[in-house]
Amino acid sequence: MANNHNTQAAGHAYANNHSHSGKSHGSLISYIVGFILSIVLTLIPYYLVVNHVLPTEMGYIAIAVLAVLQLLVQLIFFLHLSLAPEGRNTLLSFIFTVIVLFILVAGTLWIMYNMNVNMMEHM
Amino acid sequence: MIEHILGKLDLSAIPFDEPPAMIAGGGMVVGAIAVVILITYLRKWKWLWTEWLTSVDHKKIGIMYILVALVMLLRGFADAMLMRAQQAVSVGSAHGFLPPSHYDQIFTAHGVIMIFFMAMPIMVGLMNIVVPLQIGARDVAFPFLNSVSFWLFVVGVILVMLSLIVGEFGRTGWLAYPPLSETQFSPGVGVDYYLWSLQISGIGTLLTGVNFFVTIIKMRCPGMTLMRMPIFTWTALCTNILIIIAFPILTVTLGMLALDRYLDFHFFSNSFGGNQMLYVNLIWAWGHPEVYILVLPAFGIFSEVVSTYCQKRLFGYTTMVYATACITILSFIVWLHHFFTMGAGANVNAFFGIATMVISIPTGVKIFNWLFTMYRGRVHFTAPMYWTLGFIVTFSIGGMTGVLLAVPGADFLLHNSLFLIAHFHNVIIGGVVFGYIAGITYWFPKATGIKLNEALGKASFWCWLVGFYFAFIPLYILGFMGATRRLSHYDAATGWHPYFVIALVGALIIFAGIGFMVLQIGTSILWRKKNMDTTGDPWNGRTLEWDTASPPPFYNFAHIPHVHSVEPHWDHKQALLNAEKHPARVESKRAYEPIHMPKNTGVGVMIGIFGFFLGFALIWDIWWLVIASGLAIFASVAYRSFDYDIDYYVTVEEIEKIENEISNRKRA
Repeated sequence: MANNHNTQAAGHAYANNHSHSGKSHGSLISYIVGFILSIVLTLIPYYLVVNHVLPTEMGYIAIAVLAVLQLLVQLIFFLHLSLAPEGRNTLLSFIFTVIVLFILVAGTLWIMYNMNVNMMEHM
Repeated sequence: MIEHILGKLDLSAIPFDEPPAMIAGGGMVVGAIAVVILITYLRKWKWLWTEWLTSVDHKKIGIMYILVALVMLLRGFADAMLMRAQQAVSVGSAHGFLPPSHYDQIFTAHGVIMIFFMAMPIMVGLMNIVVPLQIGARDVAFPFLNSVSFWLFVVGVILVMLSLIVGEFGRTGWLAYPPLSETQFSPGVGVDYYLWSLQISGIGTLLTGVNFFVTIIKMRCPGMTLMRMPIFTWTALCTNILIIIAFPILTVTLGMLALDRYLDFHFFSNSFGGNQMLYVNLIWAWGHPEVYILVLPAFGIFSEVVSTYCQKRLFGYTTMVYATACITILSFIVWLHHFFTMGAGANVNAFFGIATMVISIPTGVKIFNWLFTMYRGRVHFTAPMYWTLGFIVTFSIGGMTGVLLAVPGADFLLHNSLFLIAHFHNVIIGGVVFGYIAGITYWFPKATGIKLNEALGKASFWCWLVGFYFAFIPLYILGFMGATRRLSHYDAATGWHPYFVIALVGALIIFAGIGFMVLQIGTSILWRKKNMDTTGDPWNGRTLEWDTASPPPFYNFAHIPHVHSVEPHWDHKQALLNAEKHPARVESKRAYEPIHMPKNTGVGVMIGIFGFFLGFALIWDIWWLVIASGLAIFASVAYRSFDYDIDYYVTVEEIEKIENEISNRKRA
């Protein structure tokens, strides 16, 4: 990697540039598996909706669940999130991001809902 | 035809009818021309270009950041003086020397400049100079990106300065709340200058955040675990996490306002379902973490300073780290306290009020850690130590008024008043500014090899401290008397006049403090022969940056250090002392190895130049130039991506030559 020019002394955990074929970057097979899983998880809700398989409310829930599943698939196969020790940094920063996003989104909804009720009812 | 070429731009953009703006702008242009002539006269252009402008060396980029920031400190302070002077004379039948339209631009520019173009760049500059040295690295993770960040920040600076003479600046306050900042109420280019200068420099800040986050996580020297990092590096890490999470919110919010203004969207307008309260909510979801982005590194600086000048290990290193981490998280759950009065209701206000008060606990932990470090330490009363002591007292008062404001009921009385202004200047001057000046004084010899004059530094400190209290205690009182912020005129019957006059006196004392600072830096550099630091360790320091020469060679360390503790340099010195008693333990000299370093590049400067044209064209609706400069930026990035000749190896002979020079200097 060109930018990671600052190769540190040997024996350092982060020594040397992590090359393009490193384990953490996944293999061709894992990318294909992830791709196929994503497509399948997209086609299922499409099928559910087009053919009216489920009652409306159940349909919403099913779509939401499948969407979250696909999110996980993409995180694991494309963004290489894992519980393995070498992936600890990625996992931690991901969890931290999710927490902050939750705080911001939930907080904003909470605040804006209350403001709307208190200040904008008459409109 | 002409409007296709020049957009909205014509001669009426130059404010001939506003003498103050013309004088300030004219002075700026004359100054810029004088600098250009001086450089040409000294034939320094080539040197400037190869040694500085195209440099990707983190130390040089850091110095450039701080230099530009100090210039902007003068500009922002000039704005402050104008406001203080206006409020001191504009009472009753007198209306002062500033028309409201100009006065409004000044308070907007003052806030924007002091936060984005003074405080942020000094923080980033110090981080640039210190962090790689403290973690034993040879540069940051992405040196070229670092150069791009700096030039994008410069674009923001130039746009703000340019607004003095071409067009106008926003009249909306430093956060540009809609609907005032919408086209309907701000039809001019002022808000557009605001938007694009912040957008462009904000992208630079975000890149810096990513760059330093990766640097600290990935490039620490062998043995430096997270819990062995110096506290300044810890605070830098937390600050960068905050930057990475908070700055995209600013980008999106300003982007939505830009859509409102340019493409008639209605995110925040009064009509068509727009909601201005969402803007306030979003901007403070960035804005509150932003104040911690500024103050955490200042806390880090105080920790380094206290421990060094008390000749003692920092009290409670672990609690300091956890307090910093707590503040990082808590800073994300308090943003509503900036708009308690907007009407979210009692439950919401109570939650955010309590969360705000909770932040004072980890901050209090830090204050006690510094105090206990001093307790029974061998305190050396140097200038940085003066700033630290001044900070502890001043910041504690500011913190207490902050807890007072965190009570929603009290906030309903005090919001938008000068009490609030006094509070946040109390924490920002007392915390951030004092900290950064302490940091500049502390690391100046490391960055330049020159020690700053102590007496002038202390004179500057006393002026700042006394001036601060004279300038802002009256504002607390005025706040209780009902004076609101951003007033350009008030009635004589209010009885406010004497307090505003005292505040002006305070600002003048601070002015003297800034004068001493400039004098201090100027004379110290001029008479540098007397103030040279040849040892590399002028303060008997404890962390890795004092292990190398001052200024460090461009590769920082001839050998990458191996560390075994929180204070590797201190331990190293102790070991050497022991070695004198037991000569057998002296380390044998190791052979040098070639060092892999990045090459300088002008692409960062080019991206900056095109970025400036992009911003200017967006402000003035010059669409062909928008497209052209956008393509040029893309082409620059593409060129850089396919340039594989970006690094080289420093040969062993060259390292030996440089290291020999350094040891000769030490012996001399």
